[in-house]
Amino acid sequence: MSIFDYFRRKPKPVKATAAIAKERLHIVMAHEHRVANGPDYLPALKRELMDVIAKYVHVQKEDIKVNLERHGDCEILELNIALPEDKETAAVS
Amino acid sequence: MSKVIVVTSGKGGVGKTTTSASFAAGLAGRGHRTVVIDFDIGLRNLDLVMGCERRVVYDFVNVINEEATLKQALIRDKTDSNLHILPASQTRDKDAFTREKVGKVIRELRDNFDYIVCDSPAGIEKGALMALFYADEALVVTNPEISSVRDSDRILGMLAAKSLRAIKDYEPIKEHLVVTRYCPTRAETGEMLSLDDIQELLGIELIGVIPESEAVLNASNAGIPVIRDEQSSSGQAYQDMVSRFLGEDVPMRFLEVEKKGFLKRIFGA
Ligand SMILES: Nc1ncnc2c1ncn2[C@@H]1O[C@H](COP(=O)(O)OP(=O)(O)OP(=O)(O)O)[C@@H](O)[C@H]1O
Ligand SMILES: [Mg+2]
Repeated sequence: MSIFDYFRRKPKPVKATAAIAKERLHIVMAHEHRVANGPDYLPALKRELMDVIAKYVHVQKEDIKVNLERHGDCEILELNIALPEDKETAAVS
Repeated sequence: MSKVIVVTSGKGGVGKTTTSASFAAGLAGRGHRTVVIDFDIGLRNLDLVMGCERRVVYDFVNVINEEATLKQALIRDKTDSNLHILPASQTRDKDAFTREKVGKVIRELRDNFDYIVCDSPAGIEKGALMALFYADEALVVTNPEISSVRDSDRILGMLAAKSLRAIKDYEPIKEHLVVTRYCPTRAETGEMLSLDDIQELLGIELIGVIPESEAVLNASNAGIPVIRDEQSSSGQAYQDMVSRFLGEDVPMRFLEVEKKGFLKRIFGA
């Protein structure tokens, strides 16, 4: 590199992507901690709940969310089901 | 009292073996009787990094199966009589490892050494869990990179749940963070997770930062732990880490971008 290059050289732009990485890690690690600290029966409970619901309503597995949250010393089991709009197709006869 | 220290990470290729070799050599260099065990069954590597690959006769699995005594299997380091290596087996006989059998070997080592350093394989499966099971302390090796940090977090979960200390409800394993392959320039520009970011995410105390350095490859090529390369930044950073482990208060080095002088910048380093 010659002396002229030095004066001509423009700083090359860098993408500061570390902040995005940190944010994503925060979220995914919090989720993984909840799973790791949850009771052992939770995955099985989830599966069985889903099977029961599927008996009555046509829903995709992704539309059922089971969450166990801790608020102080109180645990809340949250069941969130996005029901399909069309009543005719929803009912399983 | 002897201490068992596991060098672990979850993710592969982050610098566990490099760190195990230098950490063990550093402890031995300060006069402590030290043994370093390769737990990476089937993928023996520590012998190369330590430069003793041609002197391996018996290995860890031979000792486990009682085909050889510990004394026969331990290899004395070529320059430091305080340092011994217990190589991994090249056969994939992972089933040889049970907690009882490994525990027996660890007990015998405790009687003869001050520090027992366990170089863990990657992953969070059986091999990694075996390497951490008897640990009193852990060096969690992490690169400033998203998947490495996540995997370290997983391994911290394992240390807290699957170790002997966890199962028996003893005092928990003391965890130390080692950030390796750190690149100050890229951290400064925000391209790479910073030390603060990593510490905040993992929530454990930082014991060492090892900069990315060519000396590491050269040292592996020569079969000499990089900590013995006193000229290199990574060698010095490992020395500092050993000092901190032994309770000395040593400031972190090699964290800042080296400021090149005007002339140096023009005419090159
Ligand atoms: N500070 C460093 N600077 C440059 N290269 C490094 C540094 N630390 C480790 N390396 C290189 O990274 C590679 C992986 O290192 P090492 O074998 O120690 O990792 P590992 O975690 O033991 O891998 P594995 O999970 O396969 O057991 C090696 O080629 C090594 O030379
Ligand atoms: Mg290794």
